[in-house]
Amino acid sequence: MKTSNKLFEPALVQTALKESFVKLNPKVMLRNPVMFTVEIGTVIMLYVTIYSYSHHDQGSFGYNFVVFLVLFLTVLFANFAEAIAEARGKAQADSLRKTREETPAKLIGEDGSITSVSSSQLKKGDVFVCETGDTIPTDGEIIEGLATIDESAITGESAPMIREAGGDKSSVTGGTMVLSDKIKVVVTTEPGESFLDKMIALVEGASRQKTPNEIALTILLASFTLIFIIVCVTLKPFADYAHTPITIAALISLFVCLIPTTIGGLLSAIGIAGMDRALRANVITKSGKAVETAGDIDVLLLDKTGTITIGNRKATNFWPVKEVSVDDLVKAAVLSSLADETPEGKSIIELAQQGKPGISLQVPAGSEFIKFTAETRSSGINTPEGLRIRKGASDSIRNLTVNAGNAYPEDVAERVKMVSSNGGTPLVVSQNEVVLGTVELQDIIKTGIAERFERLRKMGIKTVMVTGDNPLTAKFIAEKAGVDDFIAEAKPEDKMHYIKQEQNSGKLVAMMGDGTNDAPALAQADVGVAMNSGTQAAKEAGNMVDLDNDPTKLIEIVEIGKQLLITRGTLTTFSIANDVAKYFAIVPALFIASIPALQSINIMRLHSPESAILSAVIFNAIIIPLLIPLALKGVEYKPIGASALLRRNLLIYGFGGVIAPFIGIKLIDLLIGTMV
Amino acid sequence: MNTEFLGIIASFAITLLIAVPLGKYLAKMFAGEKVWTDFLKPFERFLFKLSGINPNEPMNWKQFLKAMMTINILWLVYGFFVLLYQDKLPLNPDKNPGMTADLSFNTIISFVANCNLQDYSGETGATYLTQHFIFMFLHFTSAATGIACAVGVFKAFKDKTVTDLGNFWNYFVKIITRLLLPLSIVIALILTFNGTPSSYAGKDQFMSLQGDTLNVSRGPAAQMIAIKHLGTNGGGWFGANSAHPLENPNYLTNMVEIIAQFIIPVAMILAFGYYIKRKKLGWIIFGVMMFGVLMLLLPTIFSEIGGNRAIAKMGISQTTGAMEGKEVRFGPAATAYWSTLTTVTSTGSVNGMHDSTMPLTGLWELLAMMINGFFGGCGVGLLNYFIYLIIAVFISGLMVGRTPEFLGHKVEAREVKIAALITLLSPFLIMAGTALSSYILTEHANINWAVKPSTWLNNPGYHGFSEMLYQYTSSNANNGSGFEGLGDNNVFWNVSAGIVILLGRFLPIIGPVAIAGLLAQKKYVPESAGTLKIDTVTFGLMTFAVIMVLNALSYFPALALGPLAEYFSMPK
Repeated sequence: MKTSNKLFEPALVQTALKESFVKLNPKVMLRNPVMFTVEIGTVIMLYVTIYSYSHHDQGSFGYNFVVFLVLFLTVLFANFAEAIAEARGKAQADSLRKTREETPAKLIGEDGSITSVSSSQLKKGDVFVCETGDTIPTDGEIIEGLATIDESAITGESAPMIREAGGDKSSVTGGTMVLSDKIKVVVTTEPGESFLDKMIALVEGASRQKTPNEIALTILLASFTLIFIIVCVTLKPFADYAHTPITIAALISLFVCLIPTTIGGLLSAIGIAGMDRALRANVITKSGKAVETAGDIDVLLLDKTGTITIGNRKATNFWPVKEVSVDDLVKAAVLSSLADETPEGKSIIELAQQGKPGISLQVPAGSEFIKFTAETRSSGINTPEGLRIRKGASDSIRNLTVNAGNAYPEDVAERVKMVSSNGGTPLVVSQNEVVLGTVELQDIIKTGIAERFERLRKMGIKTVMVTGDNPLTAKFIAEKAGVDDFIAEAKPEDKMHYIKQEQNSGKLVAMMGDGTNDAPALAQADVGVAMNSGTQAAKEAGNMVDLDNDPTKLIEIVEIGKQLLITRGTLTTFSIANDVAKYFAIVPALFIASIPALQSINIMRLHSPESAILSAVIFNAIIIPLLIPLALKGVEYKPIGASALLRRNLLIYGFGGVIAPFIGIKLIDLLIGTMV
Repeated sequence: MNTEFLGIIASFAITLLIAVPLGKYLAKMFAGEKVWTDFLKPFERFLFKLSGINPNEPMNWKQFLKAMMTINILWLVYGFFVLLYQDKLPLNPDKNPGMTADLSFNTIISFVANCNLQDYSGETGATYLTQHFIFMFLHFTSAATGIACAVGVFKAFKDKTVTDLGNFWNYFVKIITRLLLPLSIVIALILTFNGTPSSYAGKDQFMSLQGDTLNVSRGPAAQMIAIKHLGTNGGGWFGANSAHPLENPNYLTNMVEIIAQFIIPVAMILAFGYYIKRKKLGWIIFGVMMFGVLMLLLPTIFSEIGGNRAIAKMGISQTTGAMEGKEVRFGPAATAYWSTLTTVTSTGSVNGMHDSTMPLTGLWELLAMMINGFFGGCGVGLLNYFIYLIIAVFISGLMVGRTPEFLGHKVEAREVKIAALITLLSPFLIMAGTALSSYILTEHANINWAVKPSTWLNNPGYHGFSEMLYQYTSSNANNGSGFEGLGDNNVFWNVSAGIVILLGRFLPIIGPVAIAGLLAQKKYVPESAGTLKIDTVTFGLMTFAVIMVLNALSYFPALALGPLAEYFSMPK
């Protein structure tokens, strides 16, 4: 999926500008108590401006008008922030939605007849058919057939995927295209209720549910606003006592400057941008809460295969016994693997070809293949020339040779031990009950995975590898990949058990899964990410769906969740810290006329009371659009430990928040001074 | 001058020397571990039996607060009527009159609330009966109420997940028998031996050098003065409080009294750390508070020692610093030290006239009471600080990208709501009160009340504004010291300050205990590398910043119109 990284696309800006005015509706504004009070202040200033046209006790008309204008802009800026975040999210979601709108679907009737209907008419439980070249009309599950599917419209991954009925790869997504073959698909979601629809609702302001942390922060901000209402209302009798008349413009300016408009104006934009970032990472979340929870994750469960290691085990070495040449071993191993469809068998041939590109892959005519069974734990081939080649677990081959009266070589036993302790799996190869040597199979750990786990550890997240391997192999791979813990010989219920155990000790657990047997664990986990390629059950159970089917995606999700909170926290700190300077600008301006001594508090040496007040409100207004990019992109998260991160953010946004407005207000005042 | 500094340093050193072991002892005693005062057990058992209380009955936060409120309301009713009719009751050798209804209202709230704002003078406005069985009695119980509530909060964070905050009655009784009573006896003895009266005889008479006959009020004062400081109460026997030569006869008693009012607030902070087995947290909180105290103390000392610029301008040398309103036997440094400690803790006793201190000293005194969390009153100081901690934890938790946690419990909307309301309460009470009095003073200066508003203030202008601001600040902080110079014994001040004291006392106790109870019930989240640790210097600084910024933002305009305007208007 193509995404634009530009923050302000002209088309989106235009929509957002329009929306900023629509959002002036007090009913909409009421959702944001901080900005709602600013709107009320703006209305009052409008009256004062009109009043000051004919009366002169509230300052000049021009001055009141400018104050009114700046307050109005403050509200618009805040609305714009929310609107642009919404517009970006919507554009993102629309581009996903467009791919599946109004696609013709071949609906199979109850009598087996095929009728063509629009995708929007498909209901849950309907069955449709897709053939080569068809676009899949909606999300569903394959009930018959197998097909290669181009999912690039959703994931951006161009390699075609194989999807087939039954098992964990039976799910198809609307908007993807069938490249070959034919499948029958049952519709799994009602129209308008797909994950994508839910996601779109999340970025649209009206239906967006506030997350728990956002609610708590809104309460705190509302209480700050109340404190400043008290400060400003009581200032009137205080000033009367001191025989200092205060204009309404000054009082409202002081109020608007003090209440946390910066964070108040950007708060919902930050939340929407968080959803949007998740969407850009190709993750569809069912609720904003899930993203926030992701930031709190303590434990992360990852499947070994495909996440930590690349696919399946691969042959990495041929170890012949003494007196046997490598070539003989390779030849025998290849022969025995030619009919072996398992990934291990294929990898033996691959390894042999790497060593000797011209090696014969012809199966001698009349050969008999011996399939792997759990009993023999070996497979092989009997050729017409009378060769009986077997490969399998070391003890099964040992039995084979010893029973035939042949010796089991010492060096093979040693090699087997060595390979095992290196986390590999040894396959012993015999020919006519004589051991030729060992093939070493190894898990290939993905490059860069250890660094990612290190990053997770610094975030305070414990990684747990889930594998069907025996504990010894599991331990080796766990150490090599740098995971903190592992579940070996894992059965599906083991995951569930592990998650519950961690949760009982108060930890939040995240996991990724795709299979139907993962569904209970996905539902139990605090953050369950289902792969888009997974079964419908898995997708229903989790609270996020990863369109890329990338198991390491959780790391990104965790960072998005953390960024979301950090951005809110730092901008709150910045907003409150700003007030210090605003006080030093406005308070002397209020009283200087009747208490000249308070000139000493005017440490910025602002030009005049009017310019001081104007500078403060102007700074207060323009800081909002200046910070929109930060709100949309999010404050960077650095895994440097909580205390260090606090120090860093406190320095930048706390201390910086105190200093910045001193400079900003002074500059604006100088500017006004030259203009007047 | 150096001797004066040495006096302060010695006082502080002795405070620490007592407070550290006291903190350890309190932590053990609250936890029910073995302590040397266990010999009092039979006596306590007798008290519980007498009152039909099971001291081991667990209480959740609601039951805990219910017990606390019940007993406090009982005292309010009892005290109100006794004060009203004290003239008809025994132990009134000086034939003092009964209190008016509004004065009784104000006084009883003030004493139940550990505020001890006194709109009466002990010599003429109270009897030995009320001094003893109301004022001194409430000195003990109000201090014990605050401490017991703090211990409930301690208990909330000792174990991982609990609903039981311990038994209020059990804490309450033990605090009196094993902490307040023994220490009070020691202090009262020292005071008695230094000349503070402690007999029941009425006024004494003597002939002055001029030949006039003078009456000198006396009474069993030493006992009350001991607990008045120990329990951070501050309600004096005599009207002039600890500036009175019989209440605070010499430099030694001055040291004893200043140490007495500081040891429990300090010991409680350390006890918190010891009790929840996070010694470092206790010391970090101590560090933040100490830093705050020094920030208030040092400028206070220097502004007092520096003398008054207006007097200097007249060509009068002030080698001993600003002496107006101060006792010669204490000097400016010890008075400054006292004025800082009495305002940071909620004691509110004075050994000099706060009204006469330099404008900037007034600023620091006001700020100390507005913050009200640098050590603060017995138990309640920690509760106030706890609210600041919750706000700091919430904001910094967000800043490190994790749902905020306090000692392993997630801080969510409900807790933030309570903390926000309590944070809001102080500015509301202080500013609304001051605004109301300013309004009446400017708009209705000649209303026909017992005392006309136009005559409320001894000083016009900025200083007069400070006097009103100080009265409400002191009431809200349950401090009880007066800037004085304010005609406060009338319906308006008695009632309005009484209401402020009542709300300013109980809501900031209910809030933190409720938050602690709610948090303690939540699932315990173990620490990880992503968890923000609160026993670090970084977080300590964060808390300090939150405290300073919150208070500066709430009160800057009011302070600018009061002490700041006065200071900047002084001759340069």
